[in-house]
Amino acid sequence: MQYEAVIGLEIHAQLLTDTKIFCGCSTRFGSEPNTQTCPVCIGMPGVLPVMNEKAIGYVVKTGLALNCEIPSLSRFARKNYFYPDLPKGYQISQYELPLCGEGYIEISVNNSRKKIGLTRIHLEEDAGKNIHEGGGNESLVDLNRAGVPLMEIVTEPDIRSPGEAVEFMKKLRSIVRYICVCDGNMEEGSLRCDANVSIRPVGEAELGVKTEIKNLNSFRFVEKALDYEIRRQVKALNDGVRIIQETRLWNPEKSITESMRSKEEAHDYRYFPDPDLVPIELDKSWIEEIKEGIGELPDARRERFIKEYNLPEQDADLLTAEKAVAEWFEQAVKSGGDPKTASNWIKGDLAKLLNEENRQISESLLTPKHLVEMLALIDKGTISGKIAKTVFEEMYKTGKDADAIVKEKCLVQISDEAGIEKIVDEILNNNPEEVERFRAGEAKLMGFFVGQVMKETKGKANPKIVNELLREKLS
Amino acid sequence: MEIEHVALLARLKLSEKEKNLFSGQVGGVIDYIDKLNELDTKEIEPTAHVFPVKNVFRKDKSRPSLPREKALQNAPRKDGKYYRVPKIIE
Repeated sequence: MQYEAVIGLEIHAQLLTDTKIFCGCSTRFGSEPNTQTCPVCIGMPGVLPVMNEKAIGYVVKTGLALNCEIPSLSRFARKNYFYPDLPKGYQISQYELPLCGEGYIEISVNNSRKKIGLTRIHLEEDAGKNIHEGGGNESLVDLNRAGVPLMEIVTEPDIRSPGEAVEFMKKLRSIVRYICVCDGNMEEGSLRCDANVSIRPVGEAELGVKTEIKNLNSFRFVEKALDYEIRRQVKALNDGVRIIQETRLWNPEKSITESMRSKEEAHDYRYFPDPDLVPIELDKSWIEEIKEGIGELPDARRERFIKEYNLPEQDADLLTAEKAVAEWFEQAVKSGGDPKTASNWIKGDLAKLLNEENRQISESLLTPKHLVEMLALIDKGTISGKIAKTVFEEMYKTGKDADAIVKEKCLVQISDEAGIEKIVDEILNNNPEEVERFRAGEAKLMGFFVGQVMKETKGKANPKIVNELLREKLS
Repeated sequence: MEIEHVALLARLKLSEKEKNLFSGQVGGVIDYIDKLNELDTKEIEPTAHVFPVKNVFRKDKSRPSLPREKALQNAPRKDGKYYRVPKIIE
């Protein structure tokens, strides 16, 4: 039987506030354990939470960027359960009346656009961190993360393949980074994803039994875990085994999902409105103010790049996925760089150099100005396109400008025809056999001759002149 | 039994005698609260909070945290850095 997968995602995104949601403790990642806590976030009796205004603004900003309805009234609820990383014995979250209602994100699927529906976005506090290794027969608890503001984004079961899930996550990450509400760092856990997966016969409307997969902390794991889980469910149904509703954990070492085998305890969170927090009322002027802060989103920028700079779609996609890259590109164009040429250098040489060191474009010593000055040297014929690659890499490494590097390394292109002619003659004299074969019709030997001249001149000979001379002399 | 479920959620271990005793007592409390259902609340907005107050916020400004030894002071089990708890997963 043919099955189709039905996937819904729950994404947790840590908000980029300086302080926690209900107290003034820092949210900085990577500090010494238990050094960023206070009586509020470790749940001492008698303390009261006070809402961080910025956290509310960030969630609403996200909702607006993701086409969500923003209800005028919202409130907070307690979700009650016991776990060592939850000092109060309950998590302050939202149940009814979340900050954002239904919305959607558009993704590209096979060259067409698909809308993935969003059910809601709500705000809650993050829990602390349990560490199971290194404590002998005990677990260790670090409460620095307890109380960091966390936004939960829930999708409709609109996703049909692991590939679509990855596209969705990439798009979401791009948007939250554009609007500066989350750094999107999946490795550090500031963007986390759980997936609900079921399968059903193609054409069937009713949903199958779903499993929830946790611990998907990279795009690759999202894809691999979903792929594995779908195959596991198909096999189970084909073998006549019933799928049970359960939580499964992605095991990246074994590349499988495993049942968490937690004691089968019905979840009973006994949500109720938190009496310590007053309701939130979002008036029109506040929402407008937040809206103004959103700026241009990736899709709009992509469209504009195609129109304004005449870029191919693929270039526009690559340049606009990251806000910093898009801005770098536009700066280069505004300083006089040709859009397509600048784009080629960014997605080619620059991307390669950054990847090698796992660096962000914002950390690059090479600025748009460097690139534009180098392009001008190519246009003037001072350096060849090939030599430019060396100059580019040197600019990237040292932050020096193109002119200085060309002078320092004597990379100026040799355009002196008489000089090049001398070298060409020498090479033709030294390779009589190849010359004969070329004249007999072996046209591809042209590459050999050009290569020899370039080798002799350390790549500095003007390729146009070299080609002309060779053609003339070999005819 | 309902009382067993509630006891589990509250991590309480009850003897048979206590289960019987509390079953009766909790039942009594619930019956008493049930009296509220006699009121007609059809026309009344659900109360989000007992005070007519909305939008109480703090600015996103950091304040000093507790020194670690202070934070860990009351923990029954700890080392210099962490709270220590019975192992959660095998």
